[in-house]
Amino acid sequence: MESGFRLLLLNLSAVLGLAVLASGCSRVVDTLDEPVTAEPVIDPRVERRDVRRPKIDTENFELGAYTGFISVEDFGSSTVAGARLAYHITEGLFAEATYGQTTAGRTSFETLSGAVELLAPGERKFRYYDLSLGYNLFPGETFIGRNRAFTSSLYLLLGAGSTDFAGDSRFTISFGAGYRVLLNDWLSAHLMVRDHVFRTDLLGEDKTVHNIEFVIGLGWFF
Amino acid sequence: MTVTRLKPLHLLLITAAVFLHFVTPVQARDAHYVVEIVEAFLELHSGPGRGYPRFHIAERGERVEVLSRRTDWFRVRTKQGVEGWASRAQLSQTVRPSGEPVTIAPPSRLDYLDRRIEGGVLLGDFGGADALSAYVAWHATRNLSLELGGADLNGRFSSGWWAGLNLVHQPWPEWRVSPFLALGTGVIRIEPRATLVDVEDRTDQVGHAGLGLRMHVTRNFMLRAEYRRYVVFTSRDENEDVNEWKAGFGFFF
Repeated sequence: MESGFRLLLLNLSAVLGLAVLASGCSRVVDTLDEPVTAEPVIDPRVERRDVRRPKIDTENFELGAYTGFISVEDFGSSTVAGARLAYHITEGLFAEATYGQTTAGRTSFETLSGAVELLAPGERKFRYYDLSLGYNLFPGETFIGRNRAFTSSLYLLLGAGSTDFAGDSRFTISFGAGYRVLLNDWLSAHLMVRDHVFRTDLLGEDKTVHNIEFVIGLGWFF
Repeated sequence: MTVTRLKPLHLLLITAAVFLHFVTPVQARDAHYVVEIVEAFLELHSGPGRGYPRFHIAERGERVEVLSRRTDWFRVRTKQGVEGWASRAQLSQTVRPSGEPVTIAPPSRLDYLDRRIEGGVLLGDFGGADALSAYVAWHATRNLSLELGGADLNGRFSSGWWAGLNLVHQPWPEWRVSPFLALGTGVIRIEPRATLVDVEDRTDQVGHAGLGLRMHVTRNFMLRAEYRRYVVFTSRDENEDVNEWKAGFGFFF
């Protein structure tokens, strides 16, 4: 409704403007021979300041990938790979989401007996995710040689999540510690040890299992 | 039992991706923020934190470029090309080349009240099962917000997930510990444990009403606790009621 009205006004003013221009043309031709001495009454010499401020790039997110070993209780140890996304809330505190997966090995019983398979092949996939809160405990510098120092910190992690293994998902508590070295202002290297604890009755009795992982990874701040 | 399904984690990653797309600002790479030091000096630390050693001092009258920010620390470059991290407290005592003071305030109470996007994680009990939930909220007004959430449920006899929308009304948002009411709907998936005899997996629609408390702790960090009562609209004759208690933390951007 409003835009329609504005259009009407614009049209009107355009028509009026054209009419004024047409009537004025003859007069312009008349005055062409006179010398042009007209100077602007006010000459604005003030430079317009650029009001658009450059923004400061905030880099509170850290996206990373890692790989290493995980010991799946009763099922041997195997290679694990995962991804993590961290949000740095303050210089000490950060929240982190992690996802990792591996394929668990065979139990000693399976290996010794030869033919027994406790799990179907697809059920050996061990996937976990967790949402953790981390705290940078010891910020400092790591010296490599005499002249090279990298900013580093030791951090603690505590989180909760779920582990999908042997056809079931289990509520999982994870805790651990990591060591972060900043290679430059946007790239970080991590060394992390974490335990994923959950209860399972997979092998008959209901018990708490510890799955300790040791990984190295890289992170990208953005 | 290896059925591909949309788990809360996937939902979480999708929401995170969508949301990152909106919050990551487009940068003008060449134009840096320049400030002039008017106090006696500006200390440069080797890393973004108070525990990192000071290794350089920029003096009064010097102009430094502010390159990036991580939490409350600013990476700056001096005229000589020395790069280091300056604290927000010291940087907010500098001025812009035009003379106006640099104002970089920490997220304040007002920022908390006027926050638009919020995310959080809660841990609790969902009808006897352990529940880990995550949410992303969009605040339409100080009182009203819409949340997209997911929960991963792990019980003794079954596991599953919930995903849904939650409309939250906070009658007194300015209170430090502020109560809220919630109303929502979603989908719940229940899968019995693999070690149990075969019982059917179920996906049902679910509605809920809830009551909770939110507390602004510091900066952009807050605590949250809530109770929800769910009604599961089962395909059987009667509906099921489930109680959920949970507590956790949240942060806003």
